[in-house]
Amino acid sequence: MTNPHRLPYLLVAPSVAFLALLFLWPLAETVLMAFITPDGRTTGEYIAKMVGDLNFGVALRNTLILVAVIVPLQVCIALGLAMMLQKVERGRMTHLYVWTIPLGISDLAAGIVWLAILTDRGYLNSVLQLFGAIDGPTTWLSIRTPVALFVCVILAEIWRATAIVLVILVAGVQLIPKEYNEAAEVFGASAWQRFVKVTLPLLKPSLQSALILRTVLAFEVFAVVYALAGRDLPVLVGEAYNWQAQYQNTHVASAYALFILLVSIGSTLIYLRALRVRKETLA
Amino acid sequence: MKLTFRLVATAALLAGQATLAGAQTTIVSTQLRPIEEAEKMRNVILKGAPDAVNFVPEDPNTYLTRMKAELGAAQGKVHATIGLDGELGPVNSLGGLQDLDDIVTKLGSSRQFSAAALSLGKLGGDKQRFVPLMTNTFQMVANKQALKHLPAGADINALTYAQLKAWAKAMKDATGEAKLGFPAGPRGLMHRFFQGSLYPSYTGGVVRTYANADAAAMWADFKDLWQYVNPRSTAYGFMEEPLKTGEVWVAFDHTARLLPALVDKPNDFVTFPAPSAGKGRGFMPVIVGISVPKNTPDRAAAERVIDHLTKPATQAVILREVGFFPIVKADLGQLSPGVQLAADGMNKVFSSKDGRASLLPAGLGAKNGEFNKVFIDTFTRIVLRNEDIKSVLAEQGKAMDQIMKDAAAPCWAPDASSGAAPCPVAQ
Repeated sequence: MTNPHRLPYLLVAPSVAFLALLFLWPLAETVLMAFITPDGRTTGEYIAKMVGDLNFGVALRNTLILVAVIVPLQVCIALGLAMMLQKVERGRMTHLYVWTIPLGISDLAAGIVWLAILTDRGYLNSVLQLFGAIDGPTTWLSIRTPVALFVCVILAEIWRATAIVLVILVAGVQLIPKEYNEAAEVFGASAWQRFVKVTLPLLKPSLQSALILRTVLAFEVFAVVYALAGRDLPVLVGEAYNWQAQYQNTHVASAYALFILLVSIGSTLIYLRALRVRKETLA
Repeated sequence: MKLTFRLVATAALLAGQATLAGAQTTIVSTQLRPIEEAEKMRNVILKGAPDAVNFVPEDPNTYLTRMKAELGAAQGKVHATIGLDGELGPVNSLGGLQDLDDIVTKLGSSRQFSAAALSLGKLGGDKQRFVPLMTNTFQMVANKQALKHLPAGADINALTYAQLKAWAKAMKDATGEAKLGFPAGPRGLMHRFFQGSLYPSYTGGVVRTYANADAAAMWADFKDLWQYVNPRSTAYGFMEEPLKTGEVWVAFDHTARLLPALVDKPNDFVTFPAPSAGKGRGFMPVIVGISVPKNTPDRAAAERVIDHLTKPATQAVILREVGFFPIVKADLGQLSPGVQLAADGMNKVFSSKDGRASLLPAGLGAKNGEFNKVFIDTFTRIVLRNEDIKSVLAEQGKAMDQIMKDAAAPCWAPDASSGAAPCPVAQ
């Protein structure tokens, strides 16, 4: 019969093959595309074209700002929601389900929903006009009002993607044994102290996964920005899409993809280091 | 009971798949993509075709990628493909299109094609690579509420860019809102506005004159106009939407992208040609053609559907249903008010006395996208980011020159011929 030592490897073999075929192979192709011309020459011209493009710096800056604002906000909101859920006695699952509805909506659909709210003749302006706050249609989504445009995109992103953080944190909170909190309470720790000294450290593994996942996804922000801001707010993935689809230069698009990959890996490494989890905290 | 139902359902499904794989003729098209137009194509225009047709709309952005994949497939699945001449060109330069001279000769005995369109169908070579199918152009639409703000003495059908600016300013002064709109969003056709109207009108060319003194004056003028343009323009895709909501009153776009507003509210709008400047009134005729891929599974089926689509009667139906003009002589009969409005506009564009035709870019192959990008980048830098016009034009002119050299694309109208040499950008 089969050697029992080999069994685990046999069992993971299909997923390894799957990853190699659908992830590693395309990745290698992308790397080659970014550096090799159609006639087989190795070149840095595609990277130079990407960096020299008028939208590269703007897209990088916009993406970094969005990540820097959206991710911490989402983690704070999700932490708050997860703590509140702990205290809810009745209808806990209903709350959770309602809060996670945005997870089931596609990015672009969410973008279009928010566009309907925020556009010149959208719901927001209608409501504001009803209460006399504004005289006529006010433009929020325009290159001439960059702050409002950013705020709108951030709002939409928070609505759309906080739930994924919430789900991870709720699962993490439930794993924390009640005894620790009870013990702290016996020693007279206040609610805030218990949160900071007991819950947060024990939540570190979940926080780490949530942060990594959310940050990587935030670097890939695209559809919501595309729907709300059009050309006015270039972001990295949007530029990669434009180079592939509109300017039809797969090589520069690959360079962008590679750049986004590097930025994502970099941020993941930073999180892994900053939020190192000691072995004993892992269940 | 349940089991029988399941059996029947499975059988029906299998039977459905069998017909899908069997007698259907598949057409991949970059045109008639909006769901309403695609439905009209399927349910009205293609209804009388001899075979069942599977009409597959494909985004122009991904069209070339798809056709590459289709052509690389062991067994071809696409019988025929519909696209703009500029979209079929790159497929042709991959060697992906069949010669259609025999089909054109055969069809020519029963209908009369426009000779100019037929010659465009050779895509610069000597063999027929697409059969012209329909034609269209860009035009402008104004809400009737805007007409009272027209500057004194201005004829809407012979507007100049100076008058357009005065008009836009008058509308902004009167309403407090910028009521002039352009499709400058990521899905919009703003580059066609530059290539088809602004550049030919101001400079008499598109490539040769890209960075000359006329162009510098033109950008200064357009930047000045932009203060009266709705700031949401950089997010607009199809101008019918802001026209319908009243967000803008005056807009430039492709006729097909204006038509839904005209059909919806024919009494609210007027159509007219884009303005003129020193070198005439630029306009861009658009030719849509149908081609047969090299690896078509059934050339005879493709021929039958081409025959059906270019029949004079079908051509009249195409105009009535989706607003594309016929390319063969056809009796058009009575049109609905919205389509009539679009048709009137197109006639005015094609017949204006100072008209200067600017063809869709040709011979650029895979560089088509980057060619359009040069226009949009120049616009972004000068108008949106306030950069110095002279230095931007010098840089972008170089980029344009490089693209023409990389693609080895000779000049096309309105630029003067450069023979077989790449079209030069004058410094």
